[in-house]
Amino acid sequence: MNTETGKNENHAVLLVLFWAYVLIPLGWGVYQTFKKAMTLFV
Amino acid sequence: MPGFFSKERTTASRRYNRWLIPPAALAVHLCIGQVYAFSVFNDPLTRLIGVSASAPEDWKLSTIGWIYSLAIVFLGLSAAFGGKWLEKVGPRRTMFTAACCFGGGFILSAIGVHFHQIWLLYLGYGVLGGCGLGLGYVSPVSTLIKWFPDRRGMATGMAIMGFGGGAMIGSPLGVTLMKHFASDTGVGVMETFAVMGVVYFISMVIGSLAIRIPPPDWKPEGWTPPTTTKKMVTTRHVHIDEALKTPQFYLLWAILCLNVTAGIGILGQASVMIQEMFKGVITPEAAAGFVGLLSLFNMAGRFVWSSASDFFGRKNTYFLFFALGTFLYSMLPTLSGQGNIVLFIAASAVILSMYGGGFSTIPAYLADIFGTRYVGGIHGRLLTAWATAGVLGPVLVNYIREYQLEHGVAKADAYTTTLYIMAGLLTLGFVCNLLMKEVNERHYMKQDETGEV
Repeated sequence: MNTETGKNENHAVLLVLFWAYVLIPLGWGVYQTFKKAMTLFV
Repeated sequence: MPGFFSKERTTASRRYNRWLIPPAALAVHLCIGQVYAFSVFNDPLTRLIGVSASAPEDWKLSTIGWIYSLAIVFLGLSAAFGGKWLEKVGPRRTMFTAACCFGGGFILSAIGVHFHQIWLLYLGYGVLGGCGLGLGYVSPVSTLIKWFPDRRGMATGMAIMGFGGGAMIGSPLGVTLMKHFASDTGVGVMETFAVMGVVYFISMVIGSLAIRIPPPDWKPEGWTPPTTTKKMVTTRHVHIDEALKTPQFYLLWAILCLNVTAGIGILGQASVMIQEMFKGVITPEAAAGFVGLLSLFNMAGRFVWSSASDFFGRKNTYFLFFALGTFLYSMLPTLSGQGNIVLFIAASAVILSMYGGGFSTIPAYLADIFGTRYVGGIHGRLLTAWATAGVLGPVLVNYIREYQLEHGVAKADAYTTTLYIMAGLLTLGFVCNLLMKEVNERHYMKQDETGEV
């Protein structure tokens, strides 16, 4: 941890995991909707 | 010692990484956004007894429709009344309460399905779930604004984008679970409600555990508050009750209401509208694709437009929404008349992106006008504009369309008047935005009231 800048490197893994936790289901939902939207163009 | 949910225990250390806050907000908004996908349960709920087809004792669609309506009404009410409580107790307790209400609402509804008691669904998903929606919607917004003073629009855009994305998860998740649990003796709704209640409760609790409020006087590394006061961006605060005494609150209320009314007008009728305006060209499957495309633009607009508002300014962004929206709405009948499907779809997509953008930019606009201190509570009260628009938009579209059809207007042309009226509403919104100015001096809190030195 850098006490000068206040940055906490220990948060890096948590940060990646937490973002993945919300973005993976969101990405799945967007993909499902995108597949549906593509029926407009076929 | 302060309790686990207290504001003191929720205050972050100076080392806390602020990028952990948006996923905490998203964890809640992605869950409560499921409300937009509640319609996937409509048909199965009408076949609980008959299973393969509705039996005489089964609920009618009109009876089931009240569940969603109640949820939206209680979303507005709980946001309006819970906003002040949020400012008092902090985001963690509010988010946890939202998790209990939303998850509990699903569980109570599952019990209601098991015993075939509709009032349990009204009370469960409608009242209890609706309260979870309202509290969950407002709870992370003011926290995000405090963590991202340099990018207010982007921060609120991330969370509110989640609400748009929640339906994209909730819809296929509901359908998949019902397929999994369906049998010869049941449609699988009860089990689906139970699973979704537990999953959403856990996800929202994770969000509530991760949320933190910034320590006093905290500011992002390398960022210095602007030394010159920007026009239409205050550094002071207006109390939540005092905000209601300002014309700015009602102008912003009208701005949100008019923007949402216009958007709902097209979103609620998109499938039928495109099929009737391009008869014989657009199939029901393609129309469903059109609705999906609009949902994607609605979600993306929430992030893109509110982030852009950090650079353009809130007032200019709404000017763009209203001016461009008026133009595009006015063009839709012409594009339909010309049979120009591509431009019709493109114009509708841009309109929907601005509908989403209107939702996500409003909290930052509120923070600019009333300060950041009570923005969560003020935002909650402003959301009554959404509930109003939720009734006004579909009623306007349906009533005008039916009136036109009764008077012999062709189906393909029945939307023309409606679309011009929507353009008129957006012009009115433009005027409201034009009238926006800074809050009168007397409404700001005095320095000793804010506790600042």
